[in-house]
Amino acid sequence: MRLNLLIFSFVTVLLLGYGFCQAMYIAPTEQTMGDVQRIFYYHLPSAWICFAMFMVNFFASIWYLIRRTAGADALAQSAAEVGVVFCSVVLVSGPLWAKPIWGIWWTWDVRLTSTLVLWLIYVSYLILRRYSPDGTVEAAVLAIFGFLDVPLVYMAIRWFRTQHPQPVIGGGRGSGLDHHMWIAVLWNLAAFLALGILLIWQRYRLAMQEKKLEAAHAEKAISMEARPAR
Amino acid sequence: MKFLYAAYAATWLIHGSYILYLFSRFRRLREEERELDQSSAK
Repeated sequence: MRLNLLIFSFVTVLLLGYGFCQAMYIAPTEQTMGDVQRIFYYHLPSAWICFAMFMVNFFASIWYLIRRTAGADALAQSAAEVGVVFCSVVLVSGPLWAKPIWGIWWTWDVRLTSTLVLWLIYVSYLILRRYSPDGTVEAAVLAIFGFLDVPLVYMAIRWFRTQHPQPVIGGGRGSGLDHHMWIAVLWNLAAFLALGILLIWQRYRLAMQEKKLEAAHAEKAISMEARPAR
Repeated sequence: MKFLYAAYAATWLIHGSYILYLFSRFRRLREEERELDQSSAK
């Protein structure tokens, strides 16, 4: 277990290092935006990993409502937490790109607003989990309905006229990326996917160990009560 | 370039903070486990 973790962490660091080199030095400079466009190599993979984490949370929540297993509950919580981390990266890196390109940090268009709402939904979920330990069923229901925002965020730039750039995949004529830029995107996607898996793996392990400790505490309290008084 | 550096630094600050948070949670868990073991042994 420990060796697997060490090997996986090492591979993740290597991927992140190479992804950084691809994004900063190897990918060609975009003609109109210049170097600021390189933010995209962190922004896009973070958004995709965030969607993937919320999808894991969605399926784990459904599984928890059907089976009520501790594992499904721990997985749902871990995925939501890691998803919020990646969503935070998206919400911070986006305005840092927007300011030099649009001249403004933020605009209330559908893509940006629905992403902020998505972040707020999952932060609410985590607050509910934190302050209402018995509210696991309510949290699972919130997670299932909260996930409805993910397709809205993804499709917002296709369904509505937004200030956010058009999609790079299936965005119609004039959209898409240069081959070399795609390579940088894919390396960073692999790197952030590995980081996401590492984080969710460790968060899940922590949640399961905490549940075990809680059970041990409860067992000890029962055995103390059952002990005859002298 | 300053916006590019700021975005990359912010990304690593967010991930780094979360990793530190996980480390501190694991450390607290180990301490609680040790305390439980010690109190059970008494």
